[in-house]
Amino acid sequence: MNRRVLVGIFTCEEDILGATRAARARGLRVVDVFAPYAVHGMDRAMGLRPSRLSLVCLLAGATGAVLKLWFEIWTAAVDWPVNVGGKPWNSLPAFVPITFEVMVLFAGLATVAAFLLKAGLRPGRKPRLVDPRITDDRFALVLEQADASFDVDSVRGLLSRFNATEVEERVEEGRR
Amino acid sequence: MAEPCSVLTRPLIEGGKNLAQVTGDVCAPMERRPGALWWVAFLTAFGMLAAGVAAVTYQIATGIGVWGLNNTVGWAFDITNFVFWIGIGHAGTLISAILFLLRQRWRTSVNRAAEAMTLFAVICAGIFPVIHMGRPWLAYWIFPYPNFRGPLWINFRSPLAWDAFAISTYFIISATFWYVGLIPDLATVRDRARPGLRRKIFEFFSLGWDGSCRTWHRYEKVYLLLAGLATPLVVSVHTIVSWDFATSVIPGWHATIFPPYFVAGAIFSGMAMVLTLMIVARKAAHLEDYITVRHIETMAKLVIATSGMVALAYGTEFFTAQYSGNLYERFVFLNRAAGPFAWAYWIMVGCNVGVPQLLWFRRVRTHLAAVFVISLLVNVGMWFERFVIIVTSLHRDFLPANWTSYRPTSIEIATLVGSFGLFFTCFLVFCRVLPMIAMGEVKSVLSYGHKPKEEA
Repeated sequence: MNRRVLVGIFTCEEDILGATRAARARGLRVVDVFAPYAVHGMDRAMGLRPSRLSLVCLLAGATGAVLKLWFEIWTAAVDWPVNVGGKPWNSLPAFVPITFEVMVLFAGLATVAAFLLKAGLRPGRKPRLVDPRITDDRFALVLEQADASFDVDSVRGLLSRFNATEVEERVEEGRR
Repeated sequence: MAEPCSVLTRPLIEGGKNLAQVTGDVCAPMERRPGALWWVAFLTAFGMLAAGVAAVTYQIATGIGVWGLNNTVGWAFDITNFVFWIGIGHAGTLISAILFLLRQRWRTSVNRAAEAMTLFAVICAGIFPVIHMGRPWLAYWIFPYPNFRGPLWINFRSPLAWDAFAISTYFIISATFWYVGLIPDLATVRDRARPGLRRKIFEFFSLGWDGSCRTWHRYEKVYLLLAGLATPLVVSVHTIVSWDFATSVIPGWHATIFPPYFVAGAIFSGMAMVLTLMIVARKAAHLEDYITVRHIETMAKLVIATSGMVALAYGTEFFTAQYSGNLYERFVFLNRAAGPFAWAYWIMVGCNVGVPQLLWFRRVRTHLAAVFVISLLVNVGMWFERFVIIVTSLHRDFLPANWTSYRPTSIEIATLVGSFGLFFTCFLVFCRVLPMIAMGEVKSVLSYGHKPKEEA
């Protein structure tokens, strides 16, 4: 599905933050904002929901810990118990260190994997850059021209109030 | 940009840089041909590495009988090097994870290089226990996997098994953390590169990063979570390393103070190594505006703080041994300070407790050559700390008839030299092929200390 968008390019953090807030206050649909670094407060300006990656982290960590603890008890006490210095088969305190390590391993790798999946980042993916200078020193605000009520001229005015250096109308082909 | 500066917060980055200048300055060392200095350093490091490879090949082919170990001193040089390198790695995680959670924003200039240092140090460390196994081609036996011997499982009660899990997890998580931090910067390099192989490589590894704030939003979350995971991880790793010793019943090793003592020592030595590398790298790569004297000074303060912790541990350990009333404990510590290895003990105390006291003076902390020398001495001291802990606890054991000495052979020394070669070779290559400073993070602290513009 093609859609018409209006792209505003900015050169500084305060401008893009202000423009995003103002655009949302006007009821315009922000497709996305592009920035060379994580702009502080942009999540609120764009109205993004808090990420649920912490939940992934928690669940994966818990899974790792439980699996590892079960595995240690099963190998040491059930599958082939070996008497090591007369210690009990199920030496729970001695199983804690590895359980902790495996918990961290699961939680860390699962969180990163979930992030890459959710963000659609993968080797070989062609970056769709709004502007080639996005990864260097430019910020871009992409607004959707949702319906006929979208008044290009007044939005242009709004963006230039925030010192937009370029404002451009584009037709975007179906994303992803 | 001649903006007014706040009196309360000094800018972290000097020179009033704008965003494009940051990109340019950080990418410059990767985009120009290496200078003579780099080649000299690289060839030296590579030569050391080659010597190490030769020594390791020889000792694996012949057997570890080529070492100076004997029945009484069963652990010495090899394990010393292992603990030393693992410790070096810890400062990288401290900077990347712990200081991130503590919102120390100055860390952005040094975290990339410090994390790289962590990875290379862990690689160096990992080699030593593998060689020490004697039959390194069977090293995978340390991990539990279904096998045709029963299956016979490993002993999960053994600190050596804990060690294998701790070090592997530490390496994997550090590498992941480092790579996640690199993705936006790889994209920056990709967009600067001319079409060709180099661009293709960066395109592949930057995973199609496009700077979307939706992605940045999640990215920040991932970074926070990884920092939260890496912080207890780094503490656990050196704790487990210390348990290799503390769970035994050898006087001098069997001490409950070992975990905090080792963790503090690790951060101490790692911080000194970061200082050693950064003082040279900032000069060589012309990054003086990014890694400023203020950064060096702050890290020097961390060195003096951890030096205090190490000193406290030395004192506590000594006092507890004497106070315990245990004949063997008492003897081990008196033997450390006054026995045949007293020279090593006093190098350790002198370099780790004495020399860093100079850093109380601001003039010393801001004098780069002085800090450089102190950081080198701290590393010498921390190497000797591990040597003292290991060798002096073993060489005069419970039965005087078993008493002996220990002297490293040339093969062991060549292996240590080789590990330094590996470390510096990796680090020098890193400085050439990847952005040494986290651009995406430095850009976010550029405005720090400058008065914000009036909002429209």
